[in-house]
Amino acid sequence: MTTAAPPIERAPSRVVTARHHKTPAGRVGAQVFLIVATLLWITPIVWAVYTSLRPYHETAKYGYLSWPRHLTFDNFTTAWKQADMVHYFWNSAMITVPAVILALGFASCVAFVVSRLNFWFNIPLLIIFTAGNLLPQQVIITPLYRIYLDIHVPHFVSSNGLLYDSYAGLVVINTAFQVGFCVFVLSNYMKSIPHEISEAALIDGAPVWTRFWKLTLPLCRPALAALATLLTTWIYNDFFWAIALISTGNKRPITSALANLQGQFFVNQNLLAAGALITAIPTLLVYVILQRQFIAGLSLGSSKG
Amino acid sequence: MSVRDKVVLSLMVGIPLLGVLFFIWFPAVATVILSFTKWNGIGGIKAIKADGVQNYVQAATNYPPFWPAVRHNVLWLIVFLVIATPLGMLFAVVLDRNLRGGRIYQSLLFLPVMLSLALIGIIWELIYSPNFGLLNNVIGRSGQHNLIDWLGNPHLNLWAVLVEACWRQAPYVMVLYLAGLKAVDPTLREAALVDGAGPWQTFWRVVFPTLRPINVVILVITVIESLRAFDLVYITNGGNNGLELLSVLITRNIVGQVSRIGFGSALGVVLLVISLVPIVTFLVMQLRQEKRS
Repeated sequence: MTTAAPPIERAPSRVVTARHHKTPAGRVGAQVFLIVATLLWITPIVWAVYTSLRPYHETAKYGYLSWPRHLTFDNFTTAWKQADMVHYFWNSAMITVPAVILALGFASCVAFVVSRLNFWFNIPLLIIFTAGNLLPQQVIITPLYRIYLDIHVPHFVSSNGLLYDSYAGLVVINTAFQVGFCVFVLSNYMKSIPHEISEAALIDGAPVWTRFWKLTLPLCRPALAALATLLTTWIYNDFFWAIALISTGNKRPITSALANLQGQFFVNQNLLAAGALITAIPTLLVYVILQRQFIAGLSLGSSKG
Repeated sequence: MSVRDKVVLSLMVGIPLLGVLFFIWFPAVATVILSFTKWNGIGGIKAIKADGVQNYVQAATNYPPFWPAVRHNVLWLIVFLVIATPLGMLFAVVLDRNLRGGRIYQSLLFLPVMLSLALIGIIWELIYSPNFGLLNNVIGRSGQHNLIDWLGNPHLNLWAVLVEACWRQAPYVMVLYLAGLKAVDPTLREAALVDGAGPWQTFWRVVFPTLRPINVVILVITVIESLRAFDLVYITNGGNNGLELLSVLITRNIVGQVSRIGFGSALGVVLLVISLVPIVTFLVMQLRQEKRS
C-alpha cells in the first residue's frame, strides 16, 4: 500500500520513509504486545493498592477477589501510626542524605583528578574504585562485620561508640560502596568536557581547587543531578547493609524495617499492603518528578564506556 | 604545580581512596585470608588459628544447605540470562519503534525498578498468598483442599521468587538497552532498510553488533545482580526451605548466636571467585576503550 502512494504524500525525511516500510500488522502486533505486557506488569502493584484501600472486615466477608463496597485510606493512617513510620523515615533520612552527599563529593574529587589531570596512577585508581562497586556485598560482609565491632569511634559519631549498630556505620558503608560507581560515571562525564576550559585557567595560574570547584564542577551539574537521584533511590532501597550491620530494630531504616512490618501485620493483609506502599512514597515521588534524571543516570553508567 | 596544589590533590584522592581501600578492599582480601582459618570471633585476632582448606572441605561435604544454595544461585543466573535479560531487550526493541503511547508503556513497565526488593517481596506475597492471594483466587485453588502454597512449597518457591526477580530485572535491562538503541546511528538502519533487509535482519546483523559495549555492560549487571540476590528470599522466608542462596548462608554464619568467621569467609570466597569473571570482563573492556580514546 505504501509503495502505491503518490510521491507527493511521502514524508519528507528519509528516516520516516524507512519507517513506512514496516507493515501495519507489525505495528498492531507490537501495540498488542506492549499493552498485554504493561497490564501484566502493573497487576501486582494495582492489586496491592486495591487491597490497601479496602476495609479489613469487607475483604474478610467477601474475599479479596471481590468488587469493592467501600474504599478508604483508613489502612494507611492505621499503618502509619501503629508502625511508627515517622521514626523509620527519619532513620532513612539520617542515613541516605549524608551518604549521597559524601559519595558525590568524594567521587567528584577523584573523578576530577582521574579525568582532567595526567598522572600515571589514574588508571589503577579508576580500577580500584570501579571494581569495588561491582563486588557482591556478601563477599566483604564477614570481615566488615568484625571491623564494625572492633572500631571505636567518638560518641558524637555513634552513641554506642562503635560503627556497628549506628547510623554512622551505615553512612560509611553506603558511601564507600557507591562512590566507585559515581567515580566511573563522573570521570566519563568530565572527559567529555573540552580541555581548553581548564587549560585557559592553567595559563592564568589558577590553583587546582579553583579549576575543580569553579570551572569543572558547575559543568557537571546534569551528571550530578542524575547521580543524586539514582543514589538516593538505591541507598533508600538498601536492605542488606541495614539487616547485617544494625541489630537494634528501631535504628533500622524503613526499607529493612519492612521485615518487622511483615511480622506485625501478619494477620491483616490490607494493613500490610498499606504499610508497605507507604515506604514506596519517596521513590514514587522520584519516579514521578525525576524519572528523566533517574534514567539519565542509569544510561550514563552504562552507555559511554 | 605549587605545594598547596599538591596538598589539595593528595587530599582529594587520598581520603576517598583510603575509605574504599579500608572498607571495601581490605575486607575483600581479609575474606580470602580468613577463609583458611578457624575463628569464632571471640578473643581478638590472636585467637585466629590456621585451618588449611578445612572450611572449604566442610562446606562441600558436611554442610547440607551448601549445594542447594549453589544450585539456586546458578538457576537464578540462568533465568536472568535466558528470560529476564532477553525480555528486557525485547521490550526495549519494541519501544524503540516509537509507537503511539510508547512513553506511557515505558513508564509503567519501569515502575518496579524504583521499588526496593524488600517491598517487591511483600507486594508479591499479596499475589502468592495461599488463601487470600490473587493468583490462587483467580485460578480457583484457594480452597483448603486444593491450595497451592507458592512461597511455602520448596519445589515451587524458588520459581515463584524468580518471577518476582524477573519482574524487576527485565525493565531494568530495558532502560539500559533503550539508551543504547537510541544512540545507534539512524543512517545505519536506513541503509539496511534501503538494501532490503527486514526488521529482524536489520536488528541482528546491523544494530546488535554496534551495541557490543552495552551488551557487555548488561551481561555484567546480569551476573552481578544474580550473585547479589538476597533481599527477596530473605523477606520471603529468611532464605530457608528451598530458598537457600550463598548470600544468605554467608549472612547466617556471621550474624547470629554462633559466629563462624572462617567458614562464612570461605563461602564468601566462593562468591568472590564467581563474581571475578564478570568484573574482570568489564574492566578489560573499559581498559580497551580507554586505550582507544
